[in-house]
Amino acid sequence: MINQVYRLVAARQFEIAYKGVDLRADHVVVRPTYLSICAADQRYYTGSRNQETMRQKLPMALIHEGIGLIAYDPAGEYRTGTSVVMIPNQPVEHDAVIAENYLRTSRFCSSGHDGFMQDYVFLPRDRVVPLFSGFDPHVAAFTELVSVSVHAVGRLSRKSHSRRDVFGVWGDGNVGFITALLLKTYYPDSHVAVFGKTDWKLENFSFADAVYRVDAVPQQVHVDHAFECVGGIGSQAAVNQIIDHIHPEGSIALLGVSEYPIEMNTRMVLEKGLTVIGSSRSGRDDFVETVDLLKRHPHLIDYLQRLVGVVNEVRSLHDIVATFEVDLTSPWGKTVMKWAI
Amino acid sequence: MIYAEILAAGKGTRMGNVNLPKQFLSLQNRPIVVHTLEKFLVHDRFDKILVMVPRDWMNHAQDVIRRHIGTDERVVVVEGGEDRNGTIMRGVQYIEENYGVRDDDIVVTHDSVRPFVTHRIIEENIEYALRFGAVDTAVPATDTIIQSEDGRVITDIPLRSEMFQGQTPQSFNIKKLVSLYQKLTNEQRRMLTDACKIVSLSGEPVHIVRGEVFNIKITTPYDLRVAEAMCEEKEPV
Repeated sequence: MINQVYRLVAARQFEIAYKGVDLRADHVVVRPTYLSICAADQRYYTGSRNQETMRQKLPMALIHEGIGLIAYDPAGEYRTGTSVVMIPNQPVEHDAVIAENYLRTSRFCSSGHDGFMQDYVFLPRDRVVPLFSGFDPHVAAFTELVSVSVHAVGRLSRKSHSRRDVFGVWGDGNVGFITALLLKTYYPDSHVAVFGKTDWKLENFSFADAVYRVDAVPQQVHVDHAFECVGGIGSQAAVNQIIDHIHPEGSIALLGVSEYPIEMNTRMVLEKGLTVIGSSRSGRDDFVETVDLLKRHPHLIDYLQRLVGVVNEVRSLHDIVATFEVDLTSPWGKTVMKWAI
Repeated sequence: MIYAEILAAGKGTRMGNVNLPKQFLSLQNRPIVVHTLEKFLVHDRFDKILVMVPRDWMNHAQDVIRRHIGTDERVVVVEGGEDRNGTIMRGVQYIEENYGVRDDDIVVTHDSVRPFVTHRIIEENIEYALRFGAVDTAVPATDTIIQSEDGRVITDIPLRSEMFQGQTPQSFNIKKLVSLYQKLTNEQRRMLTDACKIVSLSGEPVHIVRGEVFNIKITTPYDLRVAEAMCEEKEPV
């Protein structure tokens, strides 16, 4: 079959590539239905990655958050029309210690390999997880992002000490919202405090126990463990504020991606005996846990609907560009493409 | 029921000195007709997909489908007719005889040598055929179209903004297509080179689905080279 792949070839410029693929190979064929734009996609789209990276990775189809329908399964394991979430991380080896999303050999859709902006996506059969009926597709579109937070929360749980009276989440954007929501779900008895820059964004965190503007955090506020969900150069101020407000021996999970090196007050990291935990992407287990969690706690989907910003139907390359541009000017939430191309 | 007819009944006189009809020539190491058929196999709305081929090539068609796709109960190879519309109507006859035809049944007909058709084009053909009963796929003309009755002197230059180039799929409510076809004289049937004209001749509207310029028809050696070149773009590292 000749598959159409909608690739970014230069900043703000998409072109169609045509790839000959064999239906009988050992993969499942998924027709994407809803795709969600991530900040990482925007860094490619706007050309804000450095020129060497742009030169190395393009042309490439963007998008690693998305759901679809099983269009064809040569093994007959999945029924045609089954709704699935697509897993962008594709390991090529197994390691008893290192998780699949940290193996340097793993491939990742939309980072060096084609993402989900295709007529049909061909995936190894363990790279799809079936969804349950009634799952709002606009929310399901960014299941991958939720799985990244699920991964980070689970990772910190395993690596941090057991006092969890107070969690702090720095960042009032999508990742901060999801992470804080998950913490209130996994640790309902813990106090979850959110630290952000914008009052009206912080008002969305109705489920949190406290919200603080970062320029007005009372001295006496302390947390046992913290999640940095800021990203960009803002990570620096966030991490250093966390170091100031975290109790000794606490753990700090870093989720925010930055193009720039971040300076950190390592003297206080040493003095307080802090643990800094890097967290990136997610693997199949995190996707399975995410879908199961949302099925067990359907009220989470209601909260996550607050993150659905713009939903655009995409029928042409022009629609793709228009949707990426709309996303750039959206101050809140996720931009979702209804994939009808 | 939603049916597809892959029109592969041509004998390919324009492809030069090769013994295979053009639909069986290789593109990216697979027969063109297989690429096209696969586009319909991955579209989950089709109940049956008829591959219409010349009588002499039925065994060959079955062999290449088995070799490249395997067995799929939705796919059936059917003998085509003398010309394009004759082939379409043979497919319709096969549907009538084997499955019966209900009022809302539609057929999506598509050239076997247009393997670049997209999911959207097929989906919109199905939607429009279910709603309106007759659908053509077309792209706005980029070249000026000139009309000449004798091929030597221009008789008219139609307004380009009103000109479109027809592609496929073309899709129809089956009962509507049969009813209108039966009203045509034998002379009219012989003159028609396009299935949508069966409908438009009767004054019935045919709705247009936006095609794609890359939904090319591979009928000449030049087209095949273009198609191969299209598939050989730079891969990401």
